[in-house]
Amino acid sequence: MKKQKPDFFSAFHAWLEYGGSSLDREMTESLENKPETGTVESKNKPKSKKKTPPQNNPRRAYADAWWYRLLALAVAAAMIWLLAEAVARMPQFGNADTLADSELTEFYVEHTKEETGAMNIVTGIILDYRGFDTLGESHVLFIAVCTVLLMLSIYGEKDEETRLKRNEMERHFEPGDDVILQSAARLLTPLIFVYGIYIILNGHLSPGGGFSGGAVLGAGLILYQNAFGYEKIERFFTYKTFKWVSVCSLLFYSLAKGYHFFTGANHMDSHISTGVPGNILSGGLLLPLNFVVGCVVACTMYALFTMFRKGEF
Amino acid sequence: MSMALWQNLPLLMIVGALMCAAVSSVLKAKAARAVMLGLSILECAGMITLLYFTVSLGESFVFPMGEIGAPFGNELRVGPAEALVGALLALVMLLAVVGGFQQLKRDVRENRTPLYAAVYCLLFAAMVAMTFTNDLFTAYVFIEISTIAACALISARGHGQHIFAAARYMIMNLLGSGLFLLGLSMLYSLTGHLLFPQLGAAVRQLILENRYSMPLYLSFLLMTMGVAIKSALYPFHTWLPSAYSNSTAASSAILSSVVSKMYIFLLIKIFLRAEGTAVFARRIDDVLFLFAMVGIIAGSLHAIVQRHVLRMVAYSSVAQIGYIFLGLALGTREGVAATVFHILAHSAAKSMLFLAGNELRSVSGQNDTFPALRGAAKKAPVAGLAFLVGACSLVGVPLLGGFSSKVFLAQAGIGIGGWRMYVVLAEIVLSTALNVAYMLRAALNLYRDGETDAKEKPASNWPLNAAVSLLMALTVFLGVCGSTVMDWIQKGIALFV
Repeated sequence: MKKQKPDFFSAFHAWLEYGGSSLDREMTESLENKPETGTVESKNKPKSKKKTPPQNNPRRAYADAWWYRLLALAVAAAMIWLLAEAVARMPQFGNADTLADSELTEFYVEHTKEETGAMNIVTGIILDYRGFDTLGESHVLFIAVCTVLLMLSIYGEKDEETRLKRNEMERHFEPGDDVILQSAARLLTPLIFVYGIYIILNGHLSPGGGFSGGAVLGAGLILYQNAFGYEKIERFFTYKTFKWVSVCSLLFYSLAKGYHFFTGANHMDSHISTGVPGNILSGGLLLPLNFVVGCVVACTMYALFTMFRKGEF
Repeated sequence: MSMALWQNLPLLMIVGALMCAAVSSVLKAKAARAVMLGLSILECAGMITLLYFTVSLGESFVFPMGEIGAPFGNELRVGPAEALVGALLALVMLLAVVGGFQQLKRDVRENRTPLYAAVYCLLFAAMVAMTFTNDLFTAYVFIEISTIAACALISARGHGQHIFAAARYMIMNLLGSGLFLLGLSMLYSLTGHLLFPQLGAAVRQLILENRYSMPLYLSFLLMTMGVAIKSALYPFHTWLPSAYSNSTAASSAILSSVVSKMYIFLLIKIFLRAEGTAVFARRIDDVLFLFAMVGIIAGSLHAIVQRHVLRMVAYSSVAQIGYIFLGLALGTREGVAATVFHILAHSAAKSMLFLAGNELRSVSGQNDTFPALRGAAKKAPVAGLAFLVGACSLVGVPLLGGFSSKVFLAQAGIGIGGWRMYVVLAEIVLSTALNVAYMLRAALNLYRDGETDAKEKPASNWPLNAAVSLLMALTVFLGVCGSTVMDWIQKGIALFV
């Protein structure tokens, strides 16, 4: 076929078909040539009549064109200007007078301690007043792990044999024993764990709580795994542990919060006392909720790390 | 005020879906699929109960999430409009899973199925929560869940092109979520409220006093843009075709008919409940009008040149999203009601098209180009009929859902008068012509004589047949009883403010 310069119409047609994405086109056409089940006979193959000459591919060109980059810069600059302008006109941060309505903040400051039993107002708000948001937020972590597992996990391999083979292969590339790291980890890991547990258990009394304490615990797990490898950590933390701890924590969270919402909305007595604010065993559901959130966060952090690190999960 | 027993349903539905998600992630594949189906059936039943009560009582109710209600805690709010949209989306999710069941078994590996089921249950929870929430931040939390869930649904088949589609979806949609969060936090720092009624009152107050007007409008603009990107309004649609056309049947049906629609319903609530008329006063609706106009035509043009039927169906979604935003951009009650109706009609038709299209593709050897699909309707007659009905509904053949929604949209357009009336009417006529060009071309192609090897007849896929038959019934119901449904919507929207 004679090569010809694409006229305006065919260029437009080509742009319409894949909307300016050359990758999209390659993906779709590779799919067409190599169907997944591999049962298509050649007679069923489409005979593509319209062929755009690849060397004059208008799609390739336009992401590199100077005007395209200039346009992107201009849009970004306009956006920055708009946002900066808006921030300059916003109420000054921390200044109570400029807020249109400070009813909410005043209520929280005045009532949180007696109503929820939390010395730490933030914990009182996120686990009690706005407990529904936090319930959703811990499921965000859960779904993030589920999605990453779905894409990367070796448990998604076709069969057990492939999984074991891949597991073997990936562990082969694990770094060896590092004396400096191990000595430091031997010293630090217990401290980190204790500190993480402290943050979680004191979440309703002092700054901290499930999210931050869980992150500390997760960091401890990651440090231990890095220093001593999978054999050591699997004595107490495997894929199964991870699964069951997260699932049980989330179930408990949903049940407890569901019960709390149900009794609250129906004005029933929930039989959960808030205790004396300031005591470690106070705050009603706050302490157990902080604990399960901590578990979920620690498991999530560790799972995400190992997934990108290779091995086990 | 004490709650009637049925008024606890929203809470049960959300918490139940969250718990099913946690449980199904540790089950075996078969049990996980059973959980998916069982949960969907229960949620549908719950939604229909809510719809029955709210419509027959003609009122909405607020469910405080905790002892301390507004304005300090979270709340859910259920009225006729929420229940109707929720019921239809739940029904579509159920039918998508039923219809895509066999393909799901084939496409998603056994050991990945529990995770797929968990993600599906979480998406269900997000759908219910986003439909019912009375709180802007709760909406954002569940937007996050549904964004990640959608990525998982797209990439569940695990081949290169699906990962690619999921990555692109992720990038574009995180941009959308980010804009939404920016707008939301600006709004919160201006008003000090997150619940819709209090937020609306505070915004009206600010407008009255003419304070902070620039950040206020910018915050609404950011949220609108966020939703526009996430629901693929025209210039932001680039993630859509590869995401919709490549995933497994259930995923494409859910993504196209549920995920993008719930964002738009949320935007409607923000428009009507959070600030009344502020946005409309500042010509954001004019911008949306322009985008919608361009989107309807450009989406159709994109669809016409496609060589792959499923990509064509995906691009037609771009045009239909244009319609949905068009109703919103008219800025009147009738326009919003027409938008809600179009959400329903399009969800029913598009999920049907994707389910049927995927089935037709698999009976034609996984090839969905036009020549390959010739005669596919004879191999899978019910799927072929469903594709035809879905195509006719989108074109706007009378007695089908799409026709009623185009009539309502045209009526709303006539209601506003002026030059925009003529533009809307001309647009509807032109896009109907374009719809005929691609939709009916595809549908009729299915009935042409192909090179069929009549020896091997593919086994009939009864769950799919049942699902698309129900969706056909739903489309006909929306077409025939359009005015009744419209009544419920208008009742619900009247209760919004």
